[in-house]
Amino acid sequence: MKKPWYDYLWLVSALYLILGFFNILFAWLGMICFITPLVISATKGTKSYCNKYCGRGQLFLMLGKRFRLSRNRPMPRWMTSKWFRYGFLTFFMIMFAQMIFTTVLVFKDTRGLSETVKLLWIFKVPWKWAYRIRTVPEWISQFAFGFYSVMLTSTILGLIIMILFKPRSWCVYCPMGTMTHLLCQARLTKYEQN
Amino acid sequence: MAKRLARNNRAICVACGSCVKVCPRKAISIYRGIYACVDESKCIGCGLCVKECPASIIAIDKLEVGA
Repeated sequence: MKKPWYDYLWLVSALYLILGFFNILFAWLGMICFITPLVISATKGTKSYCNKYCGRGQLFLMLGKRFRLSRNRPMPRWMTSKWFRYGFLTFFMIMFAQMIFTTVLVFKDTRGLSETVKLLWIFKVPWKWAYRIRTVPEWISQFAFGFYSVMLTSTILGLIIMILFKPRSWCVYCPMGTMTHLLCQARLTKYEQN
Repeated sequence: MAKRLARNNRAICVACGSCVKVCPRKAISIYRGIYACVDESKCIGCGLCVKECPASIIAIDKLEVGA
């Protein structure tokens, strides 16, 4: 049976991560992965982004299952609990807000551009080589560095979790997945009321 | 006679769709982006979804059918 086109979206995810090594401004493309699932869930009330189009999920599945990099063990119970899921979403959103705040400070000229990528919210890695187009306003580049940090950090976390547990373990507490899940629940409540 | 059936814990299912992809009988669907739903008439209890589920919340139940 021929694979549908969306089964190749892992290529897009991999390409995105590679592009960030060459030119940080490509990080802006990641907004597509943030906006699309939310729009789908808010308008259609489904998680078809997670179910079909998520390239990251496909990448983890391929690495874990086909390349046998995953130990394929069940996750600890506490990691599958709602508390952990919502807790991680909250933490992720706080970190995201902090990134936006830094961008605003650069926009206001209160602080200079930091040509670094922050991995796992702690480690500042110099990323100067990917800062190629210097003609754009600095806040645009600052957001790109910050956003790429978010994307790379979550990929690293997802990879660790993929190796330790099941290939798509990241999906259990993926902040985007939790948000779309909440949107679908809200839509269902509305649907049941009508 | 006992029929083997896949059952998931709907309360913690994140509706990621991993089980849907792996089911050879297309017996699983996602209900409104909230949880996975197993069609009991199609499920053969093969257990592929049990292995695939990242949250490990699917189990095979034995259901007594007929007399």
